[in-house]
Amino acid sequence: MFEVLQYEFMRNALLAGFLVSIACGIIGALVVVNRIVFISGGIAHASYGGIGLAFFAGFSPYLGAIIVALCSAIIMGVVSRGTKHRADTVIGVIWAVGMSAGIVLTDLTPGYNVDLMSYLFGSILMVPLGSLWTMAGMNLIIFLLIFLFYKDFLAMSYDEEFALAMGVPVGPLYFLLLTMVALTVVMTIQVVGLILVIALLTIPSYLAEKYTISLKAMMTWAVIISIVFTQTGIWLSYYLNLSTGATIVLVAAIFFFISGLVPQKVLSRQS
Amino acid sequence: MNDPVIDVQNLDFAYNNHLILENVNLKVRLGDFLAILGPNGGGKTTLIKILLGILPFQQGKVTVLGRKPGKAAHRIGYVPQNVTGSDKFPVNVLDVVIMGRLGFLGRFRKYSAEDYAMATRALEQVEMSGLEKHIIGNLSGGQRQRVFIARALACDPEILFLDEPTASVDQPFHSKLYQLLYDLNKAGKTIVVISHDLSVLSSHAKSVACVNKNLYFHDSSEISQETLEKAYHCPVELIAHGPIPHRVLKQHH
Repeated sequence: MFEVLQYEFMRNALLAGFLVSIACGIIGALVVVNRIVFISGGIAHASYGGIGLAFFAGFSPYLGAIIVALCSAIIMGVVSRGTKHRADTVIGVIWAVGMSAGIVLTDLTPGYNVDLMSYLFGSILMVPLGSLWTMAGMNLIIFLLIFLFYKDFLAMSYDEEFALAMGVPVGPLYFLLLTMVALTVVMTIQVVGLILVIALLTIPSYLAEKYTISLKAMMTWAVIISIVFTQTGIWLSYYLNLSTGATIVLVAAIFFFISGLVPQKVLSRQS
Repeated sequence: MNDPVIDVQNLDFAYNNHLILENVNLKVRLGDFLAILGPNGGGKTTLIKILLGILPFQQGKVTVLGRKPGKAAHRIGYVPQNVTGSDKFPVNVLDVVIMGRLGFLGRFRKYSAEDYAMATRALEQVEMSGLEKHIIGNLSGGQRQRVFIARALACDPEILFLDEPTASVDQPFHSKLYQLLYDLNKAGKTIVVISHDLSVLSSHAKSVACVNKNLYFHDSSEISQETLEKAYHCPVELIAHGPIPHRVLKQHH
């Protein structure tokens, strides 16, 4: 079965799945405990506006995605932290507007028809070597930031007001988190596509949280579970000739439903 | 007299154009034991959150320990009313208590052995030793409340703010908690507590503030029916759970 590894596209795909899993596990854990799944979904979809803009203006689609993802992350952060009425509705609107702008901009782009599907559902079998280096670099940045601010992120996630009273800069940390969500989302779009990003951010973290007793352990297990899902999904999709992104998500979904049958963490004590 | 440790002058606070606090003035002396009373929605919690730097205020002048709210975090302890989102969170007791050391530590530094020692000592003070490694979600409401009290004590605060600390605590711990607060106060700490527990107010509190949009300050451990009525805007009966207050409150003249 390993002869397929002689193909560069397969090696790159497996490696991309591995790299994306690291970011998704670490950031996904924070997304889940901070309850910002909806915002993360919004960032993912709005980023399509950047992909459309890039095609229209003629620059790299992932650069466009990053720029728009960061901008929408900041706007959504401002809206969600402010006292704005119906903040979630506003986030939903940005979600849809970004997506629509992307589609219209690709319509307006002269010449060949852009393969919309590869951004919506991922194009992991076409990940170039350069992207892998970018992913590795982003992982390193995310890892360092989480390492530096771990205790502050933990305090903010657990009890935001107490953290504030203790002088933790909760506002800046929140925006830093959203920035990292934006980076992770754009990275993950290449693997499972922007529609399915949310599954890879949430399912491994959700499963990890059920069976761990610290945020650190939750992050670590989310990374491991995510690696298992992406690698299994890639192999399965290759042998069964299925869409890779969707297969990865369905592998995750199977475990998600099985976990519903397995009892919650019963360990109240661990030394 | 020394400078007040808490100084509030002409404070207004509005939320969504709705005035919560109006022209509040308050001076709390070092070593005071201030009880804050008032009806629900009267602004008690809002006032404490302003003093802690959690809520930014629009008008007035507020200093805590001579600095702007939130700028003396390492000298302040805080027991919030209820902690949101704490039920299933993967974190153990010791890791929660040590968050009380964050004000001391600042950023870019790891908790030291001393921080852990302080956290362990705080857990002893609330009689929760041995539960360090338990996940917080598996504790009862009362046990969790004790953990939050330990978290506030972990930085050996000069001012301790408590927002209805006995709301979910078991009855035996009630009196122990107030004994602990009494001892801390005797040792020179300033205590600011929101409570409905009138028995304790009359026996431990040195001053009383009634908050209902406005603040009425009473520099005595006595509180009159009239004071209460002013704060609640309607005649109230004194209700006490368990033992009857041992000091009878007299009418102001």
